[in-house]
Amino acid sequence: MASSPRVKTPPESASDARGATHAGNVGEVWVWIEVQSGQVAGVSLELLGRARELADRLGVPVGAVLLGSGAKDLAPALIAAGADRVYVADHDALADYLAQPYARVVCGLVRRLAPQIVLYGATSTGRDLAPRVASLLRTGLTADCTDLRIGEHTVRGVRHERLLLQIRPAFGGNIIATIVSPEHRPQMATVREGVMRLPESDASRRSEVVVVQVARRAGDPAGTTRAEAGAEAGGLAGPILLCDDDLAVRLVRRVQEEKRVDLKGARIVVAGGAGVGSRDGWALVHELAETLGGVVGASRAAMDGGWVGPEHQVGQTGTTVRPKLYIAAGISGAIQHRAGMDQSARILAINTDPEAPIFSIAHYGIVGDLHEVIPRLLHAYRSKGDVSEARA
Amino acid sequence: MSLRIVVLVKQVPDTQNVTGEAMKDDGTVNRAALPAVFNPEDLNALEEALRLKERHGGRVSVITMGPPAAVQVLRESLYRGADEVILLSDKDFAGADTLATSYTLALAVRKLGPVDLVFCGRQAIDGDTAQVGPQTAEKLHMPQITCVSRIDEVVEHEAGGGAAAAGAAGGRGRVTATRSIEGGFETLTAPLPALLTITSEANEPRPPSVKLVMTYKEIAAEALAEYDDTYLDPESDEAVVCMIDRHGNAVCRAKVVLWNVDAVGADREHVGLHGSPTRVKDIESVVLAQADTRLVEPTDQGVAALVRELIEEHILG
Repeated sequence: MASSPRVKTPPESASDARGATHAGNVGEVWVWIEVQSGQVAGVSLELLGRARELADRLGVPVGAVLLGSGAKDLAPALIAAGADRVYVADHDALADYLAQPYARVVCGLVRRLAPQIVLYGATSTGRDLAPRVASLLRTGLTADCTDLRIGEHTVRGVRHERLLLQIRPAFGGNIIATIVSPEHRPQMATVREGVMRLPESDASRRSEVVVVQVARRAGDPAGTTRAEAGAEAGGLAGPILLCDDDLAVRLVRRVQEEKRVDLKGARIVVAGGAGVGSRDGWALVHELAETLGGVVGASRAAMDGGWVGPEHQVGQTGTTVRPKLYIAAGISGAIQHRAGMDQSARILAINTDPEAPIFSIAHYGIVGDLHEVIPRLLHAYRSKGDVSEARA
Repeated sequence: MSLRIVVLVKQVPDTQNVTGEAMKDDGTVNRAALPAVFNPEDLNALEEALRLKERHGGRVSVITMGPPAAVQVLRESLYRGADEVILLSDKDFAGADTLATSYTLALAVRKLGPVDLVFCGRQAIDGDTAQVGPQTAEKLHMPQITCVSRIDEVVEHEAGGGAAAAGAAGGRGRVTATRSIEGGFETLTAPLPALLTITSEANEPRPPSVKLVMTYKEIAAEALAEYDDTYLDPESDEAVVCMIDRHGNAVCRAKVVLWNVDAVGADREHVGLHGSPTRVKDIESVVLAQADTRLVEPTDQGVAALVRELIEEHILG
């Protein structure tokens, strides 16, 4: 049984085989800051707000991880949103987001500073980066969380205190799972935009900006990883190194429209589902949204049917909204959709099927054909407007 | 003039078309209400691979990890034109999270030898994590392009010989692809070998080829006329999958390769539940707050009264 002592080795010293392992609850809570068109992405600010709450529970600082070229200017906004430290990695090679160099730098920072939690926005970029980092660090990652808390979990008789509880829908939104990474650090999660509230900005907050050195070197990635691991054993001195293979992917072009569908910030959402079903039906949905000063939303079925783009999708795999009024037209109300809009202040459901699940969460229900109901809504709203104008 | 392409696919419960109650009374998932299907975006990944093969020549291998029943997605892949299909099945693979899954898939890809491209669907509809693609790319030390809505160009390795000739930096092939990002798109170019995750926007997957279905069925028919289930031969390390007929005789051998933990050379510490950093602490059925629904008549008067009320409450401006 020569191997038995190794089996009993505590996870801390098995870090080479198991990657980032249990390191207690001492590290910081980090948020990777996404930059879109030169601005801090809204989801990153939302995450700083939640990171602040988690870090206060744990009694540790909040770190914001900012990568880019000349990105330091964005630090004040991160401090105002709750960061105690802003780690800035500034290098020409980081000017545009690319998975490999970004993953290498985030990974280098984690190895040097050992945060206990790292959060990412569940955007197309965050969902590209976080799994690559998780694989490099051999740690756990939970996608698309809708809530994060601190709690305990017992595994194999060992009670782990103050873990990050990562709460997410699964199976198409039919279940809500709470995921933990009891024995690996950092605990990492991506979080959908809009599910955490934006923190109040406090310009008087004080914070530290830490500049992280990044440098290029030649060599294969496997070799670099080993070299880094060696260097880290010696105290993690020196810059984070990017090798040629990390920089092998080139960005040819990026087209990002400034003006996006702002579902999250909409006061009124008029959403269509499979029941809208035709060009005429969708024209009505758009007309109603425009008339009421709202934004067009859609169920996954409507998006899969090609009626609207993914930027309009509400639900577990789309955007989470909580408008003052949510009008669901021709949406049956699959749980994956409801999970993204059930926090709306008022919900009006229009459906021909009185048994449609959407009615179970609606404040107002109209059992009828949207092709008839929406014109009536339009008429009623417009004539109401006329009356009040006449009065004024 | 040829490309070596590996497609990673998954059999998933059909969460998009739930028949009946998705959850049982005891709070567990009612799998009977969730028929198993080919993960939709994995079909898009397979389609991209088949189109590239048609243009460049080469070979398409499909790998899935799952229980024996997952062979169904491999059969579906053969019917669409895959050249080789591999089932990673072992009780020790069970319970894997995305990290353990990517470790296992990466080992299987490596075992196939040099490849030019690895494709998979952006995400699977049971978990919707979109993590296995990037994690597998990292394990293979490959660049990744995720969320691909279009493959713009594939330039093969120079000097012929495909992936086997890779290595000389000057002769490396490239893939250029466009991915969706918030409010737009970006185009990236990566050296081969590379891993791409494909979205449903990329293409319309082909249906099974009648001719291929007939071909594979004929192989079976030669042995016997009727068959009704899939059967993994536990005695064979060659790993054949067969269909069994009603008498229990195996037919249609040797079209599916079966690899277990030992075949891919995996460390048991790193596969399945054991190799998974994440644990499910709790699972709850979703119970959304029941609202007090007020029914509004779909008449002019009913709708007008509702609109008036919403305006008075400053919900409508």
